[in-house]
Amino acid sequence: MAETKILHEYIERLKEENAAWVTDFKEARGEVTAIVPRESIHEVCQTLKTKYDFNLLADLCGADRGAEEDPRFEINYHLFSTVHHNRLRLKVLLSEDEPNVETVATIWKTADWHERETYDLFGVIFDGHPDLRRILLPSDFDGHALRKDYPLRGYEPYSLT
Amino acid sequence: MGLENTLFESLPDVITVKLDAVVNWARKSSLWPATFGLACCAIEMMNSVSARNDLSRFGAETFRASPRQADVMIVSGRVSRKMAPALRRIYDQMPEPKWVISMGACATSGGVFDNYAIVQGVDKIVPVDVYIPGCPPRPEMLIHAIMMLQEKVMKESVRDRRDTYETESRQSIVPGTLPVTMGTESETAAKQVTNRPYTIASRHEKRRSS
Repeated sequence: MAETKILHEYIERLKEENAAWVTDFKEARGEVTAIVPRESIHEVCQTLKTKYDFNLLADLCGADRGAEEDPRFEINYHLFSTVHHNRLRLKVLLSEDEPNVETVATIWKTADWHERETYDLFGVIFDGHPDLRRILLPSDFDGHALRKDYPLRGYEPYSLT
Repeated sequence: MGLENTLFESLPDVITVKLDAVVNWARKSSLWPATFGLACCAIEMMNSVSARNDLSRFGAETFRASPRQADVMIVSGRVSRKMAPALRRIYDQMPEPKWVISMGACATSGGVFDNYAIVQGVDKIVPVDVYIPGCPPRPEMLIHAIMMLQEKVMKESVRDRRDTYETESRQSIVPGTLPVTMGTESETAAKQVTNRPYTIASRHEKRRSS
């Protein structure tokens, strides 16, 4: 599609900067998603913000693909440029054994609470986050509620049955 | 010439009566509810004081936002785990005598929300006097519950009511939840006690059943 041509250009330019930055990309319904290795997410975000004017982090969310999947978790970064009115999605895949990813709260301050929420509900650790603690669930909560293997009624003493 | 003049003509100057009867009559005739609207039941609760249903016919129309001025807490809606300590704190701030109405399926039993986030019945946190079924209950049902509560009030004794001590209210933290404030004594106390049964018998549950 013609509208996504500029987005593909961004991905090409990122690859020119460092070939390891984008491992894969896909396009669906006029949206482009780039899959980024977790080691380079901070650099990619920094580059996209400073060089390509993606000055707004519209959303940062996690997803659990299921306990049997590997990589199990994915972190989605929805970027928006208020200058060029473009949207680009970055995706980082994480394994269950090492759910660590570098924080982007140092790039966009709004990522602070988004990362806390992702940590709260999925148990993904954001390295370098200024204040990584629970935000939605009670602070003594056991487990991470949006993981697929979390029981609906919770663990003791939360569960009543 | 009002009613009192007629009464003075027909009655003697001094009458003898049980203290409980007079005090309870005064209490039940002016129940001030504390609003604890948490979900859609709160809409029906608001409706019950409106012109069509007119809860003031039964003396319970003065909804107070401050628990310190309220007699009966109407818990209308689902109580989340995180709201539970706040609810208990508001209950503790109400002066005696105080009563609790659990309005709707969610407040009574968790309703359809049988999950980790919702307290499965507000009676896990505070003693409940009247339960109302329904999803949501109609305003008539809330009015009926208040009338039932008034009947219950008439059967009580003044002796059974005294103010809760602060230590007791501090101990009544729901396990698995934290008090509203962070880093207080009660927070560390809640973490230390792990093997506590989920339901804590409050003094009100131990009192003489009416």
